[in-house]
Amino acid sequence: MNLSLNRRSFLTASSALVVAYAMNGPAKAQNPPGPPHKRRGVDAKQVDSYFVINADGTVTLYSGKVDLGTGHRIALPQIVADELGIEIERIAMIEGDTHLTPDQGSTSGSNGMMRGGVQTRQAAATARAALIKLGAARLGLPEADLDTAQGEVRAKNGSASVTFAALLAGGQFNLELDSKAPRRKPSEYRYVGKPVRRPDMPGKATGAHVWMHDFAVEGMLHGRSIYPPRPGARLVSVDEASIADIPGVKVVRIKDYLGVVAEREWHAEKAARQLKAQWDGGGLVTTSAQAQAYLRETGPRDTDEVAEKTGDFDAAWPQAVTKIKADYHWPMQSHASLGPSCAIADVRDGEATIWTASQGTHKFAEAFDGILQLPKGKVRQIYLDGAGCYGMNGHDDAAIDAAILSRAVGKPVRVQWSRADELAWDPKGPPQTLTIEAGLDGNQRVSTWRAHMWIPRPTPKLPNVPLVSPQLAGLPQMQGVATGSINIGAVPTYDIPHMEAVVHYVKDTPVRTSPLRAPGKLANLMAAESMMDALALGAGKDPLAFRLDHLKDPRSLDVLKKTAELHDWRPRVEPRRDGKGRGVAFTHYKGNETYVAMAVDVEVDRGTGAIRVTRVSCAHDCGQVISPDGVRAQIEGCLIQGVSRTLFEETRFDRERVTSVDWSSYRVIAFPEVPELKIALIDRPDKPPVGAGEAAIAPVAAAISNAVFDATGVRLQSAPFTPQRVRAAMAQSGTTAG
Amino acid sequence: MTITIKVNGAARSVDADPDTPLLYVLTNDLELKGPRFGCGLAQCGSCSVLADGVEIRSCQTPISDVGQRAITTLEGLPALYAQQRKLPKAPDLHPLQQAFIDEQALHCGYCYNGQTIKGAELLSRTTSPTEAQIRDHMNGHLCRCGTYPRIMKSIQAAAAKMSKEG
Repeated sequence: MNLSLNRRSFLTASSALVVAYAMNGPAKAQNPPGPPHKRRGVDAKQVDSYFVINADGTVTLYSGKVDLGTGHRIALPQIVADELGIEIERIAMIEGDTHLTPDQGSTSGSNGMMRGGVQTRQAAATARAALIKLGAARLGLPEADLDTAQGEVRAKNGSASVTFAALLAGGQFNLELDSKAPRRKPSEYRYVGKPVRRPDMPGKATGAHVWMHDFAVEGMLHGRSIYPPRPGARLVSVDEASIADIPGVKVVRIKDYLGVVAEREWHAEKAARQLKAQWDGGGLVTTSAQAQAYLRETGPRDTDEVAEKTGDFDAAWPQAVTKIKADYHWPMQSHASLGPSCAIADVRDGEATIWTASQGTHKFAEAFDGILQLPKGKVRQIYLDGAGCYGMNGHDDAAIDAAILSRAVGKPVRVQWSRADELAWDPKGPPQTLTIEAGLDGNQRVSTWRAHMWIPRPTPKLPNVPLVSPQLAGLPQMQGVATGSINIGAVPTYDIPHMEAVVHYVKDTPVRTSPLRAPGKLANLMAAESMMDALALGAGKDPLAFRLDHLKDPRSLDVLKKTAELHDWRPRVEPRRDGKGRGVAFTHYKGNETYVAMAVDVEVDRGTGAIRVTRVSCAHDCGQVISPDGVRAQIEGCLIQGVSRTLFEETRFDRERVTSVDWSSYRVIAFPEVPELKIALIDRPDKPPVGAGEAAIAPVAAAISNAVFDATGVRLQSAPFTPQRVRAAMAQSGTTAG
Repeated sequence: MTITIKVNGAARSVDADPDTPLLYVLTNDLELKGPRFGCGLAQCGSCSVLADGVEIRSCQTPISDVGQRAITTLEGLPALYAQQRKLPKAPDLHPLQQAFIDEQALHCGYCYNGQTIKGAELLSRTTSPTEAQIRDHMNGHLCRCGTYPRIMKSIQAAAAKMSKEG
């Protein structure tokens, strides 16, 4: 096999080198077609922003959406190969370079395929129509008699053909995306819907892959930021003599920003640990233990809003025969990327080049223009793979740290966060607390449902999550709170006549936030699906059958029925209470995306309170499946990470700082705790593809909570479900240990 | 100071402070890109290498502690495998690397240096590990993406292939 990327040649080549993923082998560092530094049009409405037809018959595909370990790097070429009519081996893909790839928005919210894929498919369909038109003129045949295949426009009867390259090599389409351009029928697909191997795996399995962390540029220095011991603290003084024994370190101080650079990474790291500085003031407004009270009572109040409303809850509530009310709480959690955030910046001569693992290079290039006070368009961001991020982690912070340091020292600087930086300073998934009250009518059907949510208010039109170091250095950036759409999911898609969601907004968050995989949905579904279970019990019905009774949509019914089959679901109308249990949960994600149902088995040690999830079965319908193994992999990841977030994860903080800053204080799932997984994909080739990156994590906490109830007769309403909480809940309910 | 260590079968001399973690010498001085910084605390296993065939955490191993031990990184795994199995020539890939590709096991892949090193250590001791043995041996190597099931499957697939080859 050809592991062609030689690091040394990579290092000595042009700093604007671009990584292109060839679908026929490992990644190659290569210059993009055309003059290497030539900036391309990045307008997502223009076909030329997506493709170049090369003279050698290959196609270069440009993607504004990036592969975050999700398989986007193969799924997108699968779509384009089919839609254009070319072998996938002749496609090379370049991702997330703000000078080369279309501005398709951030890769977030599971939108890689749903938006990016659909958009790119339309660009390919438009291109194919144009190629057929050109082919018709060249071959003197009517367009209706032509098709595309293997990089050629061909007469359907095989009488004539002309290659894409002969029609267009070096030329441009000069076309806007045409929403009416005819798309291939699913029956014509060669690649979509079939497992195709990811191009980056061989390199990643052998160490040849170019990660952000490996990348280096000529003359680069290593930098580290030294963040304040308490957020908001002022930097009073720095004792440079405290690092006098470490050679070649330069201290960079800009207002309250403190950093070091050195030629050797170890020297930068040692200096960052050893440098003595005096800080004054700062701290956090509350503690993790008090987060629920902060949201409900003590935090700065914002407005209340009715987010969703069906029927008339207030009028119907008095008629409800059985009424249940419960509170639920979700902690702050870290993205907890396994590799720390890392970036390289070269800020010189009024321009900046940033190599970054950002989910949103276009967005942050613009933000960096502002922060660095450069004229618009002077920052180029180039995407390289980082460790999986599952939402916005610290990548963009590391990037601005590198830029601040690079500008200060006039050389390229690489910054890599420490483990403690990552777990303390990455923007966190926000805390949430909810109350749901719901009622059954005389027919034992759910008639009324009201959810109250206490959550931080996301700042309208905030362009990006505010970064740490510009704040410290007094550089301009827009302030505000980013959370993702955490107000969705507390009102279910069940057939319930009277429903209402009321959001009680808090003005701020105790610790900086950003979207974390399936923002808010684990908490909201834990609440809603645990309530649905309690209502089923109140109605004397099996929880799975009870859900089916409240759904009409066939795709919703299908995932639940498939789950019952996968898991060999046996109906029950009351909890087993013998330490073993099973639970079910369902979501129609965001009410209009992916359908997910799952069942889990748990074993609860009633002495220690430890929960073990032994088995998870999940049925998943994300519409048209582009890359089946990729979707399956994403579901597996969602289920495992979901168990982790439900059982183990909580960002802890006191009034000074985040205290869960390593893998023992911020615990994530490990080999011994991994459950057996069973997954069924329901493929709908005639439906649009929707997201697969996060929908399946959303019901995990709910399913576990319901299974624990089955095992113990106790409902857990605060995540994570630690042994202490299990013991306390059992003690409170009078369930005896043992 | 100049320190000489044995890496992937060759003696390599580097000019580094004795307290420099082996990881930084491997990645920055020797330009090896298998071992990766994950935590710097020996808690996650991203940085693992073999020392005389035994897995160690290079982030917490000062270069001065390496001594005479032969270090094998991800890049040197096929050659070590050939030596252990007395093959005439190193294969392109260790069977576990091939199994990871065949199973399409990786998501982001950041932890796979350590998963491969630790899994190869297990396979050098037994080519018939039980699932319980795999879970136990691999415990201490974290994967945030949740690819654990595919890692376990890949180790079993590699073991089966190795048993067949004798």
